[in-house]
Amino acid sequence: MTERPLTDRIPADGSALDLRGYERAGGYQGLRRALGEMSPDDVREAVSEARLRGRGGAGFPTGKKWSFVPDSDREADGSPRPRYLIANADEMEPGTFKDRLLMEGDPHQLLEGMAIAAYAVGASQAYVFLRWAYRECERILERAIGEAKDAGYLGTNILGSGFDLSIDVHVSAGRYICGEETALLNSLEGKRAIPRAKPPFPPVSGLWGKPTIVQNVETLCNLPHIVRHGAQWYLDLSLADDGGTKVYGVSGTVRRPGAWELPLGTSARELIEDCAGGMKQGRELRGFLPGGASTDFVTPDHIDVAMDFRALQDAGSRLGTGTVIVLDNATCPVSVMLALERFFARESCGWCTPCRDGLPWVEKTLVAIEEGRGQPEDLEHLAQHAKILGSAITYCALAPGAVAPLGSALRAFGDDFERHVKEKRCPYGGRT
Amino acid sequence: MLSENERRAIEHEVERAPAPSAACIEALKVVQRERRWISDEAVKGVAEILGMSPEEVDGVATFYNLLYRRPVGRHVILLCDSVSCWIVGYHDVLAALRERLGIDFGETTADDRFTLLPMACLGACDHAPVLMIDEDTHRSVTPERLDQILTSYD
Repeated sequence: MTERPLTDRIPADGSALDLRGYERAGGYQGLRRALGEMSPDDVREAVSEARLRGRGGAGFPTGKKWSFVPDSDREADGSPRPRYLIANADEMEPGTFKDRLLMEGDPHQLLEGMAIAAYAVGASQAYVFLRWAYRECERILERAIGEAKDAGYLGTNILGSGFDLSIDVHVSAGRYICGEETALLNSLEGKRAIPRAKPPFPPVSGLWGKPTIVQNVETLCNLPHIVRHGAQWYLDLSLADDGGTKVYGVSGTVRRPGAWELPLGTSARELIEDCAGGMKQGRELRGFLPGGASTDFVTPDHIDVAMDFRALQDAGSRLGTGTVIVLDNATCPVSVMLALERFFARESCGWCTPCRDGLPWVEKTLVAIEEGRGQPEDLEHLAQHAKILGSAITYCALAPGAVAPLGSALRAFGDDFERHVKEKRCPYGGRT
Repeated sequence: MLSENERRAIEHEVERAPAPSAACIEALKVVQRERRWISDEAVKGVAEILGMSPEEVDGVATFYNLLYRRPVGRHVILLCDSVSCWIVGYHDVLAALRERLGIDFGETTADDRFTLLPMACLGACDHAPVLMIDEDTHRSVTPERLDQILTSYD
């Protein structure tokens, strides 16, 4: 039987698990153990040993991120240096709907994970940075925070340990770029959400210039289980080198779109064919984005690829958020590229010229091609943009992410692009 | 200028914030809650309370797509145009909305009832196509179901 530590307590009726239900299922045992039996160092070590990598898209090792936090709680001039923990709940990567599921179904798991992370890095103030559109999540989290405070899992002297933690929910005012951790920090400070120059990275200088750990919701949800059951148990959950399960998802023209928690390293075939029931009647798989809009297309000849960090990198893509978007043979790849690039062009914060000016240009070119007005040289220009914008000449990863599907689509579906230009029309009917 | 209510709510946000400017987004949300959108006058009013220039406040107000710097109708429709919805029916829903309401993106119906805006992925891709009206998320929307959905918003 497959273990599903992150999702197995989520009520089937769509309600949110309350504190009592969470405790009955072993909830807050991880926090109890961390505060009662482990030093912050022990927690950091356990998480490093468990090989937990970030589930928000970049896949950074959590233990390593924590290790960058400076030891001293004083600045060089002797002033206090508080630390902050932030749950990145700004889920807005197209095709991604996993953090919503975790927050709506089992909010205390996130709070417990946050408390353990805050203990490990020495933070006494934490925030959930939540996108506005997740209205239900806000109500559920506020209720759960109230329950946890009343039960002594949050507040001062938690479980008699001397550890204090306050968690506040910050509801965002929109924009995808807020999911970029330094843009998120600027937004939390009340400013325009523009990414910061790095280094320094947030663990050294983040919110208000203080050490700050920003972590994806799903990543944090793993922590109670690692602490409670140990690193070896966590490694054994996975089929890959890195530990744990993954909340995968599939959307697009499949029979049963959905999300499933499975061992990290489950194959794309199992997800698409078994979990999602295969392609809809009459449709064939032409390719898929393995982990949201900012990942490279994978072609059907790689359908047996393991959905883990390393295997997908070897296949020329990335795990990203682990939520698969399926492209079928009746959908125009140029049109799908247009949807992707329109999103990125609109969501560019405008700070770096290549991203601000390059992405709208890419969008306009795709509209022209889809409408049958494309010129033969357009394809080469698109490929050049994919290369230039992908080469780390911007402050953040929005532009490289934006052109990941573009470069790979030009390679995988080049015939379609050429046909649009040659026949001066979209063979699929044209959708802009 | 700002109402007494708005002023009090903004001052409350300032008290909670580490610096007055940190309350900028919250202050703008206060104004929008009261009057649906944020006028030039309101930007000036917020700037005065926060000790910022109106230009600084406007820089923040114009950055966030859910802070409205132009008037909106009584109900705002946020239609997801991201990839999963795009593949499975976004165009049909958009066409139906345009036809039923007679407006395009960025426009408000003549009776001030609805404003239509495009929206980034709403995180319900397993039930695409998706749209939000005010605070409600509507999943698996079809042109047929649209009429029934719209009726519940006067």
